[in-house]
Amino acid sequence: MSSVRVLVGTRKGAFILASDGARKSWSVNGPHFAGWEIYHVKGSPADPNRLYASQSSGWFGQVIQRSNDGGKTWEPVGNKFIYDGVPGTHQWYDGTPHPWEFARVWHLEPSLSDPDTIYAGIQDAALFRSTDGGQNWQELSGLRKHQTGASWQPGAGGLCLHTILIDPSNPKRMFVAISAAGAFRTEDGGETWTPINKGLRSEGIPNPTAEVGHCVHRIAQHRSQPNTLFMQKHWDVMRSDDGGSSWREVSGNLPTDFGFVVDVHTHEPETIYVVPIKSDSEHFPPDGKLRVYRSRSGGQQWEALTNGLPQKDCYVNVLRDAMAVDSVDSCGIYFGTTGGQVYASSDAGESWSAIVRDLPAVLSVEVQTLP
Amino acid sequence: MIRVMLPAHLQTLARVGCEVSVDVDGRPTLGSVLDALETSYPVLRGTIREHDTLKRRPYLRFFACEQDLSHDAPDTPLPDAVVRGVEPFLVVGAMAGG
Repeated sequence: MSSVRVLVGTRKGAFILASDGARKSWSVNGPHFAGWEIYHVKGSPADPNRLYASQSSGWFGQVIQRSNDGGKTWEPVGNKFIYDGVPGTHQWYDGTPHPWEFARVWHLEPSLSDPDTIYAGIQDAALFRSTDGGQNWQELSGLRKHQTGASWQPGAGGLCLHTILIDPSNPKRMFVAISAAGAFRTEDGGETWTPINKGLRSEGIPNPTAEVGHCVHRIAQHRSQPNTLFMQKHWDVMRSDDGGSSWREVSGNLPTDFGFVVDVHTHEPETIYVVPIKSDSEHFPPDGKLRVYRSRSGGQQWEALTNGLPQKDCYVNVLRDAMAVDSVDSCGIYFGTTGGQVYASSDAGESWSAIVRDLPAVLSVEVQTLP
Repeated sequence: MIRVMLPAHLQTLARVGCEVSVDVDGRPTLGSVLDALETSYPVLRGTIREHDTLKRRPYLRFFACEQDLSHDAPDTPLPDAVVRGVEPFLVVGAMAGG
């Protein structure tokens, strides 16, 4: 019987939640790196015991931690993220040029095949890669040096590269998303990049259909359909069936199409999940009801999943990296909230229960399905 | 030997107690003590001073002998009491709530 390990990053440390395949009884291990912000923890698909964590602090900066035993022990590895060449400027909130400055690592994406190769998405937006287990990091600067780079502006959370998807059928093909520049694709392992924002419409920018400038919150992909991408944009849930070359809106009957997370059922590539949030000025669920919405048709038609979730007086948020799915036969869905709850469903969203309720604000949730 | 006191999070990171001692060649300065500290504990690189520029991170301060040395140049000699090991050199995190 398989087991699962849920890797949770919070404002004040990391937690590892573990269960057998039934996913009814959980152990909670942590906090690891107590007191530090843990933006993301993720395991290597090639070696599940190899974990990486992004640990940061306004006081002490960035640390990258690595574990070789599934999170029992950790060792700090390299934390030197230096932009390639003279970094130049991007646009600041007021439209003036602003130097690129490293702030933190938002997202860590291990290679699908090599435990020592890992990508890091950072703020100010850039993509880095390590091929020695996180000891040394090099920028894949073709992204930041794209001709539009100098025009990128930060979202409210900073100019952050928060999503990295590696095409399982072709590891040289990757997708990244940046708030608030948009989505980009590479076909050559990160040397060159193409903005893939056609079809997006964002009313908050001067040209709503501009090539870049869209606040993409999250992109998800099913490994069996690498050309199909699902996006939760600032507003709008979007879908592409041509690897991001064009997008169409699939918000359909959602109560609000603002939100942060989107994910895909492990065994059903047309079953997707979002958590609608009221608006960009009220970062909590509509009507105080925490509802996951599921579409079994790849968008447009959505159903509310509420069984076990609070349906009154709930005013938490679910941040962009805080949803994950496992690979157990009955697909498990997990998400964490800014109120410190981590909710799990072992039946594809039909019913939910909280694994833990009182963690620090959850920044990220990942899950590993172990043999 | 220069005694250096570290804030709690850096003690945890470096797996040391609140005070460590480092050897410095020549007349100890602000910069040479930090160099020696980072040589002895490489995990602290980037956490007190930024990589490459070696600028002090904004929310950290350097105190010794009831003086704030935070804005002093890296080649500023440390006070005699620190050099003699009577007083520690303090790396201090800014107090903040939340």
